[in-house]
Amino acid sequence: MRTILSRSRTLLLAALAGGLAAAAPVAAQQSPAGPATAPAPVATPAPAATPAPSPATPAPAAQAPAAAPAPAAAAAAPAAPPPWMQGAPDNPAVANIAPVFPPPIPTAADKLPQAKLKLPANFHIEVYQSGVANARSLRVSDKGTVFVSSRVLGNVYAIVDKNGKREVKTLAKGLNSPNGIALHSGTLYIAEINKISKIDNIEAQLDNPPTPTVIYDDLPNDAPHGWKFLTVGPDNKLYFNIGAPCNICMPPPTHAQIRRIDLDGKNAEVVARGVRQIVGMDFNPTSKVLYFTENQRDWLSEDQPNDKLNRLLHPGRDNFGYPYCHGGDIEDPQFGWGHSCDEFVKPVAQLGPHSAPLGMRFYTGKMFPAQYHNTIFIARHGSWNKTHKIGGDVVVVHLNPDGTFKSMEPFITGFLVDNKYLGRPVDMEWLKDGSMLLSDDYNGAVYRITYGPQRVSMGR
Amino acid sequence: MGRAGKLAVALAALIAGTLSVSADPPEKLVPCLACHGADGQSEIENVPSLGAQPAPYSVIQLFLFREKMRVVEPMNEMAKELSDGDLQTMADALAALPPPKPPADPGDPARLDRARALTEQNHCNICHRPDFSGQESVPRLAGQREDYLLKALRDYKSGARKGYDPAMIEVVQLLADSQLVEFAYYLAHFR
Repeated sequence: MRTILSRSRTLLLAALAGGLAAAAPVAAQQSPAGPATAPAPVATPAPAATPAPSPATPAPAAQAPAAAPAPAAAAAAPAAPPPWMQGAPDNPAVANIAPVFPPPIPTAADKLPQAKLKLPANFHIEVYQSGVANARSLRVSDKGTVFVSSRVLGNVYAIVDKNGKREVKTLAKGLNSPNGIALHSGTLYIAEINKISKIDNIEAQLDNPPTPTVIYDDLPNDAPHGWKFLTVGPDNKLYFNIGAPCNICMPPPTHAQIRRIDLDGKNAEVVARGVRQIVGMDFNPTSKVLYFTENQRDWLSEDQPNDKLNRLLHPGRDNFGYPYCHGGDIEDPQFGWGHSCDEFVKPVAQLGPHSAPLGMRFYTGKMFPAQYHNTIFIARHGSWNKTHKIGGDVVVVHLNPDGTFKSMEPFITGFLVDNKYLGRPVDMEWLKDGSMLLSDDYNGAVYRITYGPQRVSMGR
Repeated sequence: MGRAGKLAVALAALIAGTLSVSADPPEKLVPCLACHGADGQSEIENVPSLGAQPAPYSVIQLFLFREKMRVVEPMNEMAKELSDGDLQTMADALAALPPPKPPADPGDPARLDRARALTEQNHCNICHRPDFSGQESVPRLAGQREDYLLKALRDYKSGARKGYDPAMIEVVQLLADSQLVEFAYYLAHFR
C-alpha cells in the first residue's frame, strides 16, 4: 500500500488550450499540458486504527521481484505478438492468471465472509442482504429502498424493508449488462450496454414494475467494457461512460469517453475522452467536480500500469490518455510513440496496478468520525492480470482542500486470502443514518458497515 | 516423442478411457451423457465433450442455458427445470469424468507447430493453462471436438455467443477466421 502511495502524485492543473474538433478522433489533437508541477510523493503512514493489510496482500514492493517471471524462460521468440497483446508475458510460468468470473449463483447466507473482514476500530460489518446474485451498483431511495444492479446476470433488484423484514424483488430481467443505475426525483434510470431507460415513480411500482422506457440509445453495442456506471450530476444531467471495446486498441471516436445527457435523453455531449473503462463516479460535494476511477490496460506488466483516480476539471476538453498513456506515467509500447504522458490530464492518485477500483463515493454522512467527512471511499474489486493478486478491499482517499490527493489508507481488507477471493467489493452507498452499504458481486450480497462503540444492528 | 511412442500413449489412453467409466452419474446427468458421451467424450458433431471440464465453468454454462442467456434450444429445454443445487451436482460429476482423448491421428506436425506458436502469441495457454486443462471458470480445451471448438470461436467472434463475461469476445475480435481454424485444429489434437 505504501508503495502505491509513494507513487501517487498531485494532479497537474493542466491548462488545456482550445476547443476540440467534434468529428475526428480527439485524443491526438489535445494540446500539450502546461508546465508540470513537481510530482509530490506522499508517504502517509497508516493510522494506528487501520488494520494491517492481510498477509495475502503483500505490498507491491515486496512482490515485485518475486512476481517477475524469469525472462530467460521465454527463450523461443516466434513472430511479434499482435498489437493488443504487445508486452504480454511470453512465459507459461504465469499460468495461473485468468479473469475471475463471479459465480452465477449467490453464496448462501451462512457462508458469507463478513466475519473474516478487517475494519478500523469501532467499525462493524454485517450482512444486510444475501441472495442478490451478482450485486453491483447500489442506490438508496429517500424511503430506504435499496436498488441493486447486476452485470453478467441482466437483473435489477430492489431490497425492500417490510415491517423490519427485508426481501429482494427482481424489477427487471434479461437486460444487456445493466450495471449502471441512478435515482433522481423518484425515477430509476438504468444504463445497459446499448441503451439508457427509466421507470418513473419506481417506489410505487415495486410489486409490478413496468418495462423501462428507453430515453437514449445512440450507443455502441460492444460487449468488452460496454457496461456502464451511471450517475446524476449537480446539473441534473445523467453521466455515463462508454469504455474502450478492447484491452488495448485505437478506440473509435464513439468510445473511451464520458458522456452526459439531459434527463429526457436529449443534448448528448462528450465531456471527457481517453478513458479506458470506468465503473465508479461521484461528484465532490464541495467543489461539484466529477471524480472517477479508471481501470487501465492488462498485460503491460505485473506492476504497471497503475489504475487511477481522476477528476474532470474541464468538461468537454480533458483527455485522460488512453490508448497513448496509462496510469498517468507510462506511454503505451504500441500507441505511445510520438506521444508523452504530459499531453494528458494526470490522475489525482494512482490506485495500484490491475487493482480494479470500481465504486467510489464521497462521505457526507454523520455516523462515521469527522476525519471521514468528504473523503472518498473506493472499492477495489481486485486484480486478475497479476500473479500475486492485489485489491479486494475498500480504501479511503483523503483530499487536500484544493481537491488534490492527500493520503490513502485501507478501510476494509480481508477479501483476498492466499491469492483467492472470498468476495469482491464493487460499489457502496449510504443509508440515511450514515452507515455504508457495500455490494459484493462474487457472493451476491450486500453488507452494512456501521460505526460506534457497539454494533448497531438493524434487528435481524 | 516418436510416432510409435505417440501411438502407444494413444492406445494406453484408449484403454484407460474404456476402463475408467466412473461410478454412477447423478440421475439428472444421465440424459445429458447420451449426447455428450458417458465417458466424457462426445461422438456427435458440434456437441462438446464435457469430461474433466472445471466445475465452475460447467455451472456457469448450465446457468446460462437455464436462463436462456445462451441460446441452444435443446440445452435450454434440458436445463429449464434445474435447481441451483442441480447445476452444482451435475458440474461436479462432469469434472469427475475422464478428459476427452485427442483423435488417433496425431495430425500434421508442421501445421501443429505453427498453430502452437499462434496460441502462444495469443496467450491462450495462460488462462487455459499450458496443458489446456482449463481452470475455474475457464474451460478445458485439450482434446475437445474440432468442429465444436471452431463453432465456439466463430460464435464468440460474430457475437452469436455472448459469453458470461466478454473476455473471449475481446480476445477473438482481432483474429482472422483462418486463425480460428488453426486454433481448433491444434486444440483438438493437443496431447
